[in-house]
Amino acid sequence: MHNLLIDQDGMTHETLTAGEYIKHHLQNLVYGRLPDGTWAFAASPGQAKSMGFMSINVDTMFFSIFLGALFLLLFRRVAVRATTGVPGGWQNFVETVVEFVDKSVRDSFTASNNMVAPMALTLFAWIFLMNLMDLIPVDWLPRLAHELGIPYLRVVPSTDPNVTFGMSLTIFILMLYYGIRIKGIGGFLGELTLQPFGKFALPANLLLEGVNLISKPVSLSLRLFGNMYAGEMIFILIALLFSQGVILAVTGGVLQWVWAVFHLLIITLQAFIFMTLTIVYMDMAHQEHH
Amino acid sequence: MNINLTLIGQSITFLVFVWFCMKFIWPPLVAALEKRRLQIADGLAAADRGKHELELAARKAADSLKDAKAQAAEIVAQAEKRAGQIIEEAKQAAHAEGERQLAAAQAEIEQEANRAREALRAQVAALAVAGAEKILRREISPQTHADLLNQLKAEL
Repeated sequence: MHNLLIDQDGMTHETLTAGEYIKHHLQNLVYGRLPDGTWAFAASPGQAKSMGFMSINVDTMFFSIFLGALFLLLFRRVAVRATTGVPGGWQNFVETVVEFVDKSVRDSFTASNNMVAPMALTLFAWIFLMNLMDLIPVDWLPRLAHELGIPYLRVVPSTDPNVTFGMSLTIFILMLYYGIRIKGIGGFLGELTLQPFGKFALPANLLLEGVNLISKPVSLSLRLFGNMYAGEMIFILIALLFSQGVILAVTGGVLQWVWAVFHLLIITLQAFIFMTLTIVYMDMAHQEHH
Repeated sequence: MNINLTLIGQSITFLVFVWFCMKFIWPPLVAALEKRRLQIADGLAAADRGKHELELAARKAADSLKDAKAQAAEIVAQAEKRAGQIIEEAKQAAHAEGERQLAAAQAEIEQEANRAREALRAQVAALAVAGAEKILRREISPQTHADLLNQLKAEL
């Protein structure tokens, strides 16, 4: 089996079974409060689970903030030196992305809100970068971390539901905020209770519209999470082939390449879908119902 | 895979990123794009104007060329006419000069002839007088018949 070790002391050089290998890859590096009240890194999945809510996925936070900051830095550099003359290579690329996002917002968002377009750009670039981490061979960074004494490392932040829900819940709160601000509390509640069947079927309306409302952030985050999680799982399964003899290893190499090419489409598409749906939801929040 | 504080951390991170993007990235980029769009529009308009002006200039140049050609043709025609006139005048002058010289020669010839005739007449008169003298020597004196003789001479 693969030669990744779970032993922290390095005394026993047992190899992992397939199940352990997959589990190890899907375990975050968790820092949190142990049941006895002390704060520490979880040394095992069981320990991580016992920490409950009062814990934080350090690897997720690190990579997501690193990638987000990378995006902001790269775009900020262009924004500072944006010339109206002939744009250079990187500026050209950035402008293409900005125009693409701008066009998407113009097409779907009819109200006026200066926050929506920058939010769409942030979502698109950030999610794309986080998804892109999936294309790094699954063992490289965890192996490096292992050498540095870090027991667990998940490098793709968007396979962590905390990330996807973190974004979609924030968007949900913004939807509620703008919905109430634009339509007033009465208008917002009216939209929730007085349609589609009129005021005499209020409970049915509330049920339908409530599900409709709640399903937006849930589907938004679960779609991204599910796609990325499944994609990563397939990479891990392919990586399992590398230790199964020459023929399977070569097959695995080919499969990994094919899946990576296909995945390149998926990660872009998922980033785009997340962005577009966010724009549409924000537009709905700004629409007065007639 | 459990939900924990990361959720809140991610929400805050997300909001901070959006805020940063909204404040420091989106406005300058969009402003630059808009400005460049205007510049390109201006440039295209200027190019159109330039093309239009070029067309006008070309038309004007063609017109001038046509005018110049017409003028040149006119000048050439005038010059030809003038040349014809000059030749005609010269011909006439030469003709007149010839006529004049011819007339002068004729007059001179006539004069010569008259002079010869005069001389001849004088000689004939002298001869006639001499003949008559020889015939009429005796009875006719030249003094008494001089009038008659002179009259005769004038008649010749």
